[in-house]
Amino acid sequence: MTGRGRASLMVTCLGDLFFPEVGVSIVRLLQRLGVAVDVPPDQTCCGLPLFNSGYHAEAAAVAARTVALFEDSEHVVVPSGSCAWMVKHEYPGLLASTRLARQAREVSARTHEFSQFVVRELGVTEFTASVPGRVTYHDSCHLLRGLQESQSPRTLLGNLRGAEFVALPGADECCGFGGSFAVRLPEVSAQILAKKLANVEATGAGCLVACDAGCLMQMSGGLKRRKSGVRALHLAELLDGGRP
Amino acid sequence: MRDVFLQEALTIATTKFIDLRREAFEDFPEGEALRDQARAIKEATLQRLDHHLETLVANIERLGGHVHYAATSEEARTIVVDIARRTGARMAVKSKSMATEEIHLNEALERAGVTPVETDLGEYIIQLAHERPSHIIAPAIHKTKGQVADLFSREFKRRVEADPEVLTKIARGELREKFLQADLGITGANFAVADTGTVVLVTNEGNGRMVTSLPRVHVAVMGVEKVVPSLTDLMVFLAILAKSATGQKLSVYTTLVRGPRRAGELEGPEEFHLVLLDNGRIAQLGGPLREALYCLRCGACLNVCPVYRQIGGHAYGYTYPGPIGILLTAMLEGSRSVKDLAHASSLCGACADACPVRIDIPRMLIELRREVREQQIAPWVERVAFKVLARVLMRPALYRLAAKAGRLLQRPFARDGAISRLPFCLGDWTSTRDLPAVASRTFQERWSARRDLPL
Repeated sequence: MTGRGRASLMVTCLGDLFFPEVGVSIVRLLQRLGVAVDVPPDQTCCGLPLFNSGYHAEAAAVAARTVALFEDSEHVVVPSGSCAWMVKHEYPGLLASTRLARQAREVSARTHEFSQFVVRELGVTEFTASVPGRVTYHDSCHLLRGLQESQSPRTLLGNLRGAEFVALPGADECCGFGGSFAVRLPEVSAQILAKKLANVEATGAGCLVACDAGCLMQMSGGLKRRKSGVRALHLAELLDGGRP
Repeated sequence: MRDVFLQEALTIATTKFIDLRREAFEDFPEGEALRDQARAIKEATLQRLDHHLETLVANIERLGGHVHYAATSEEARTIVVDIARRTGARMAVKSKSMATEEIHLNEALERAGVTPVETDLGEYIIQLAHERPSHIIAPAIHKTKGQVADLFSREFKRRVEADPEVLTKIARGELREKFLQADLGITGANFAVADTGTVVLVTNEGNGRMVTSLPRVHVAVMGVEKVVPSLTDLMVFLAILAKSATGQKLSVYTTLVRGPRRAGELEGPEEFHLVLLDNGRIAQLGGPLREALYCLRCGACLNVCPVYRQIGGHAYGYTYPGPIGILLTAMLEGSRSVKDLAHASSLCGACADACPVRIDIPRMLIELRREVREQQIAPWVERVAFKVLARVLMRPALYRLAAKAGRLLQRPFARDGAISRLPFCLGDWTSTRDLPAVASRTFQERWSARRDLPL
């Protein structure tokens, strides 16, 4: 398949440092779908951690830097709902009174969370699973409530060959990550996580899918600590099972 | 948080509220549009708050009632205590009211020799236990029925069964006497209708009706933002308030009070007073917390908040708990008082989703964090950490260096790509979860060396 345009991967700080396989899966998958993928160099972070903690001038500086990196991109694909939300929802406001105001609005409009890009931009919904068996899905808060997206990941998982998709009770409840919240209130964060993981284990799924590196960091960390047999994977890693 | 009873009570009650609320709105397709309309009414009303308050005052006075303006909690307490003194009141029966909690009225009444008696079942329990409400609409939500039975057993010196019906019957018996003895009835107000001078109470137990009709004097204490222009506007709020709070179509009682008893009427108080409470609200009309003035006090944001559901209302330490409570505390006490509370949220947004008037609570929490930061009252370690982070994120060379440093420093701790123990404040993560190790090669390192990507 060719001729599905170009897309730039915004790998994000967590994706780059802790989950490089997610970026690899996205690149491989998009290329298989005929998308020419580039990765603008010198990426760091979208600035969401600074923004959420109230460091808005610093977040605006990071946003300006990121907009400049992606200003010529046809599409920007982001593995995390929270970072996509930051770019789409907050960049235009943060940079409104700067010389990058127009570019910020344009980049914001061309930025997509990964599952949204695949389903809504490319119109592709059929994949083969890289891990067979029962899978379940956790809604990350920013994708669900920030970008109002609950359907695209479910469409992809529902159609997945080689895997059985089961609903997660309380899928829309927070996993307790919340960025700096996870270390500012570690015990509260861990108790919220414990509820989430108990729900996950009750589904009998061997694989827990999410579309946000923050949630994955929190939930995979919790699963490992409780020596659970459940694996936490990014959606792209699970879809990367073969030719669509 | 380690209290298992608290955990049990909170989980059961909030889950029930969440389910009931969802079902109520599922059965009510026009609900979403009414939420938008309610929000628009709040916006428009606050634009001309002075006008609507003037109309309200004029109408209540025309009906023979009295209106008082209280700039602070202290002024509000003084106004109510003075009314109690002047009318020779010895006992005051109260229906559930967060505004009177906010101004710490009960303590002031006691000091003035007036015995306050809470007549809402939850408030009654809390008063017996010498506690404060831990939820906006369900003040004793943190107590199990077993705990309430123990409390009643101690109080009434006999063994009481842990059966809600039995407990309610006992409270009802105790309270009936008080209603008849009381000289003063004190309530809050869910709304006041400017056009008609009507004060509106939304309750479920019928105690509100007794409090407003049996005693000689009725005093209602209400935040200034609760005025609505007309009865038509009121209907919009009534259609969504109980659904958001308890999942009921309407509450069991909606009490409309229009001034004192008039000539020829058989029931109602001889005197009616409305205390309009400012206490920091008017200053926020043009402030960053303005939207918090839309709040209907339904408690929906508490029920869905993952943090509230874990820690309960008392842990917040102020009158108003939960996500909206953080905003209201900042409004009433100043943003300094929430320098820690502003961070007691994962910003998951469930609160804004559940709010009947769609208050963007996470956005205002971020705004408060910004204020706290600008006041330079955050701990210095944190300020330095964020400054360093900002520098690193601005300079890719530093960012790459940090990744390398991370890889080096994690060596003694990393096993199979995971870290289960870290020293210093980093241990706040690893005390309860593993942390993924910094990858042996970051994605960007792999991309620039391309051969590592088997594409």
